[in-house]
Parts: sequence; structure tokens; C-alpha cells
Amino acid sequence: MAKLSESAVQKIVEICGRYKDEKTPLMMILSDIQNEYGYIPLEVQELVSQQTGISVAEIYGVVTFYSFFSLTPKGKYVIGCCLGTACYVKGAQNIIDKFAELLKIQPGQTTEDGLFTLDALRCIGACGIAPAVSINGNVYPKMTVGAVPSVIAEYKAKEGIA
Amino acid sequence: MIATVDQLNANIAENTKKIQDKLSGADGKRHIVLCGGTGCLSSHSAEITEKFNTVLAEKNLSEKVTVNMVGCFGFCSQGPFVKIYPEDTLYRLVKLEDVEEIVESDIVNNTIVERLLYVDPVTKEKVAKQDEINFYKKQRRVALHGCGVINPEDINEALGFGGYEGLRRALTMTQQEVVDEIMKSGLRGRGGGGFPAGRKWQFALDQKNDEKYVVCNGDEGDPGAFMDRSILEGNPLAVVEGMVIAGYAIGAQNGYFYVRAEYPTAVKRLKIAIREAEELGLLGDNILGSDFSFRCHIRLGAGAFVCGDEEDLLNSIMGKRGMPRPRPPFPAISGLWGTPTIVNNVETLACVPFIMRNGYEEFAKVGTERSKGTKVFALGGKVNNVGLVEVPMGTTLRELIFDIGGGLPGGKKFKAIQTGGPSGGCLTEEYLDEPIDFDNLVAKGSMMGSGGAIVMDEDNCMVDVAKFYMEFICDESCGKCTPCRIGTKRMLEILTRITEGKGTMEDLDELDELSQTVKTNSLCALGQTSSNPIVSTLTHFRDEYIAHIVDKKCPAHICKNLMEYHIDPDKCIGCGMCAKGCPASCITRTDYIAPGHKLASMVIDPTACVKCGACMSTCKFSAIEKR
Repeated sequence: MAKLSESAVQKIVEICGRYKDEKTPLMMILSDIQNEYGYIPLEVQELVSQQTGISVAEIYGVVTFYSFFSLTPKGKYVIGCCLGTACYVKGAQNIIDKFAELLKIQPGQTTEDGLFTLDALRCIGACGIAPAVSINGNVYPKMTVGAVPSVIAEYKAKEGIA
Repeated sequence: MIATVDQLNANIAENTKKIQDKLSGADGKRHIVLCGGTGCLSSHSAEITEKFNTVLAEKNLSEKVTVNMVGCFGFCSQGPFVKIYPEDTLYRLVKLEDVEEIVESDIVNNTIVERLLYVDPVTKEKVAKQDEINFYKKQRRVALHGCGVINPEDINEALGFGGYEGLRRALTMTQQEVVDEIMKSGLRGRGGGGFPAGRKWQFALDQKNDEKYVVCNGDEGDPGAFMDRSILEGNPLAVVEGMVIAGYAIGAQNGYFYVRAEYPTAVKRLKIAIREAEELGLLGDNILGSDFSFRCHIRLGAGAFVCGDEEDLLNSIMGKRGMPRPRPPFPAISGLWGTPTIVNNVETLACVPFIMRNGYEEFAKVGTERSKGTKVFALGGKVNNVGLVEVPMGTTLRELIFDIGGGLPGGKKFKAIQTGGPSGGCLTEEYLDEPIDFDNLVAKGSMMGSGGAIVMDEDNCMVDVAKFYMEFICDESCGKCTPCRIGTKRMLEILTRITEGKGTMEDLDELDELSQTVKTNSLCALGQTSSNPIVSTLTHFRDEYIAHIVDKKCPAHICKNLMEYHIDPDKCIGCGMCAKGCPASCITRTDYIAPGHKLASMVIDPTACVKCGACMSTCKFSAIEKR
């Protein structure tokens, strides 16, 4: 437990407390923690286990089952390239390949500076504007390979990186 | 508070008049509505709404003109939309900078802004009204009732547009009568299974248990389908009402919505609808003064496609890994926490208020013999009019793709339509005149599924498409059943081999055999249907597989190992732009100067080429081709 700060422990205890009256609160607790911190490391799972009485093995099983939960921190900007069918038939693979090439990471990985995570998404339901890319929930419609560098530049500029 | 039927009647009458006056102009005002679906929001419809408010305020028009956002218009490829009542003028592809012109011209001077009207791709004529656009003409809205008309974040608009009229009638009937009504309507599960909703309800009603549940399956996983999201975004109260009616019918007191975490807007609006309904007393204890109490809860998915299967979904709600179990018992006998539970899809529940409001005859009067009512399709891929369409069952694929969808862009040739997502299959040109319904599409080797319909043209490689779906399934398999866990992986390896030009003819037999094994030996629908994309492409496009294996060619020029870029020396003017942009530096100049040109043409070294396609997009003279 040594790694967790006092405030993090308090926060997680508070999150577990939110769902005291639920029969099976685990998914809701984990969703809230994922939203709060961006990942759910083992130390946190142990704390959740203490609070709820659910075994760490079971919690770990759930965390690793769902793609929304992550064991490692994500980048500040999560670039989600939709690879749903509608986007795929319109060339989404080339777009994610271009992001991977320019950021020098594979889908699922985070850049060394912790700025970008590249994710392949399963259909975000924006098929009408395919191919779509979602960055921290901000959807870019009808993306092209040519527009990839300027999108990356847009976020680098926000961080003051040329 | 609406505590009695009389109060509800009064509220409905008041709000219905308000909406009718708005649509007809009887209130003496103009009303600007904007599409607030995910597609249009990403094209800045929220900012455009703000701008309208600002511009109208500047011109002191805020009293006479209202602005609000409604749900999805369905015609996503032409968004964002702005519609003006009572004239019913529809503007499309509206940008921020168009706002002042619309206000100045249309609102102030009553002159339509011609350049923002929809242009029919065939006749080239401008169309001002929504109902006159071909995309909408053949549609019939049952599940999408209210979407694109009412403000989904205002319960009064929903109540003024048919909301809670179905429940009002249901509460005058016995539970058995409600179940019978649904049974007689012929409503079948819209999520893909096609199981008669009435029968499911009957099973649950027959169970003697104090605790029962209704679960709404909003874990819309088919990559290419977005009707559930649009319904939840466009008229969430209709789905709540459907759930409450189901709860009354089977004797449940609680309902759970399980919605994908990827749909934040849908979740937000559903939360608002539930909260507003609770505040008005339309959810909670003794609804409308009856003995019936019902509460709704929301659970978010966490990115697992397999949770669209009902057993997996229930496990997920119960805080477990989303994995199936052998059936029976079915959830209607033993579901959430071991109690009788019915799981209905969003679209199915959205049809329920319509049936209860208008009677089962009205619902069942359209459709085919065994598939009644309408179905929403998410039309996407290589088709002009991309969007959400609701048509009567029995509509043909040709009507869907060519009349409503407006055909394929760029004059390309139709190759196949993929229906049912990763569980479905491809249908070719010879099936275009087949009526769409649950049983017919299955008989033809595909399935209706949840309603994803992706059009493919000559530029799509069918082996690549099969591989795409297999990658998806392989990734999403929960791993419980060995045939699915290992079989899908092996099938993916074989497909990858074929697309890389390393396949053999024996691989095709192996695919056939593996498909059968996985299909017959998996517990849930994901595994049972996982080989459908392979089986259907192997049936209809066997020649493409053979071209990959024997000729080492990808006829659609998609598979990178089996295609190359080539410069036509007679078209190439030798400008050298392609060589400048080539990341592999594999383009050089030849000695050949084509007649009429000044510079020698360029050539690509195929052994060094990385096939990025940069040269092709750079060339202004169409001298580079794939072959």
C-alpha cells in the first residue's frame, strides 16, 4: 500500500462507499476509478478488495477482461482511431498506421513523454462521418491520412511543443 | 407531479398542443432546430446552436424565434442539419459562418438560402423539405418516433409527442393482456436474435417470484451499427416507457439499462430522461396512482463486445467477467441474481410504446408474414446517403441501397452488402431484390442482425473484409470456449496468410472445417456466428480467395503484398513530385520521354516500395495506378 498517497486512498475509499447499497458494485467502482485516475494498478485493486470483500483475483480478472480498464497509465491525449466496419472500408487502417508511424508507437502504447496514447477503437457509432478519430472524446469527422500530421501538431501546440 | 391518470391526460393535452402549434406555426413563432446526434455534434452543431442564439439576441429576435437541439435526423452524411418550422425548410452541411445568412435571409426576409438546400444526386434539383428528399420518402418511423423532432432533454416535449400514452393504456389492462398484445403484434427482438418478444415476456410472467428484472441491452457492439445510440440520444423517454411497460407486464419492480461507455451523449440524455420522469412521479412508487412501482438504473459497459450477448451482459451487471454459461435455464427463468429477467434490445423496447399506444394491428400491418413492423438500418460504407433509415420489413436490398441510399459514390460498381456485422454475411448483386426480414436473410446466408448494413464496391477486397471481422472476433472472444478461443485465432492466421500471398488451396478446406467446429461448439452467439463472414465470402467470392492463393493477386488491390504501384510512362510528364514525397526513395527517372512531353518519365522500384500510396495521392496527372 506504500505507493498510494493519502489523498488517493481517501478518494478510492470514498468511491467504494458510493455503492455500498448495490448488490454487485464492482463494475461501477472500477469505472469511477478508471475515470478518476486513468488506470487501475494492483495497489488500487488491493484497496478495493479490502473495502468490498471481493478477492483481488476476481477484481484483477474483471480489470483485465474489459478493454476500458487499464493497468498502466494512459497518455494525456488518447487518440482513438475507429476501426469499425464503416470506417475500415473507408480506409481507417491507413489512418491509424499513419498515427503509429508519426508517433513511433503501436496501437495500445503510449509515447515516452506521456503525451499520446494510440488506441484502436471498436466502432464509436459515428459511421455517418467515417472514418472517425476521437481524441479525448473530441470527434474528428471524415479523417484523411493527409490530415494526421496537423492533428498531432494541434495537440503538440497546446503543450507548447513545436 | 403527475400522480394520476387525469393529471397525465392534462399534461399530455397541454404539451401536445404546444408541439403541434410549434410544428404548424400556430404559436406565431419561428423555431430553429438542430441535429444533436453524435455525428452532427462532431461537426460543431452545438457551437452552431450557440451562434444562432447570439445572432438572434443581437437582432432582438429571441422572443419570436426559438432555437433548440433535437435528436438524430438520420441523414448523417449531410449533417449538420438546421430545420426551420413552421415552413419545414431543411438546411444541410451548415457551418458556423452560415448562421448569419440563415438568420438574415430566412428568418428576417423569409427568403430560403438556396445554396444550403439538399441537392438530389440524380435529378440535380434542390429540395427544400425533408419529406421530399428520396432518403426519407420510403421511411416509416416507429422505433425512431420523435427522433429529430423533439428535444430529448425536455420530458415535456416527449410527453407532447406520444410519450407515456402507451403506458397509460397498459395500466388499464391486465399483465396477461399486455403480454398478449405484444405477442399479437409479432414484435421480434431487434438486437439480432429475432426471438418473439411476447414469448420472452410470457416466460417471465409465468414465473412466480417476488423479484424480477427488465434489462435493456444497449451494448451496441456491431461495428457499423448506431441505431440504439441514436434512439437513446433522440427519444430516451420512449425506451424508458418501453421498459416500464415490460416491467408492468412481467411483474418487475426494477429495470437496468446497460449502455456502452463509448456513448457518452446517449448516457447523459438517458440520465436526464430518468431523472425528469422520477421528478414528475412517472417513475417510482405507485405510477399514475396504480399499485405498480418501477425504478430504472443505468449500468455502463466497459468495452467488451461479447457483453451484447445476454448471458454475458447479465454477468457484467453482476460485476463479473462477461462470459456465457450453458443454457437452459434461460434468463427469463433465472437471470440477474438468479431471478426471472427479460433482456430486450433498445430498439425492441422503443417499439413497445408504439404498439401499446396504437394497438398491435397498427404495428403488424406493415412487414412480412413472420417479421412484423419496421427495422432501423445503419446504412454505411460505399453509399451516397450514409445514415440511419427505418423501413418496413420486406423492403428489398435494392430499395435500401439505391432508392434510399442513393447508390454508390463515384459511379463505382456494387459488389456486396454486409449485413449483421461480425455475425452476419455478405450478399451479392443477385440478392438485391430479396425482401429484408429475419428469416429470409438467414436463408440467404447472412442475417439482419442489429441492422448494420455496409455497402462495398469493387475497391473492397472480400478476403480482407473476412480478415477484418475475424480480427475483431478473435480480439473480442472471451476465451471461455476452446473452439472459439483457439479456432478463431487459427482462422485469422490462415486468412492473414492468404492476404500475404502465402496461402494454399488446402487452407480453404481447413477454413471450412474450422468454421463448422467453432459454430457448433461455442456457448454464446459470438462464437456460434463467428465464422459467418468467412462462410459467406467463401461462398460468394471463392474466386477472390483463389486469385490470392493461385495467381498471387488481390483483384481489388487492397492486400499490400499482392499489389504494386505502377507509373504509366506515357501519362507521366516527369515532374518528379512523386519522387520528392516518396518515403522509401524508390522512384527514379528513366530515359524514356513520352511523345509530347519534355521530361523523361519516372519509375517505381517495386522491390523497395513500401506501398504507402503517397505517390499516387501526390500525382496530379493520374499517371500512377495500382495493379
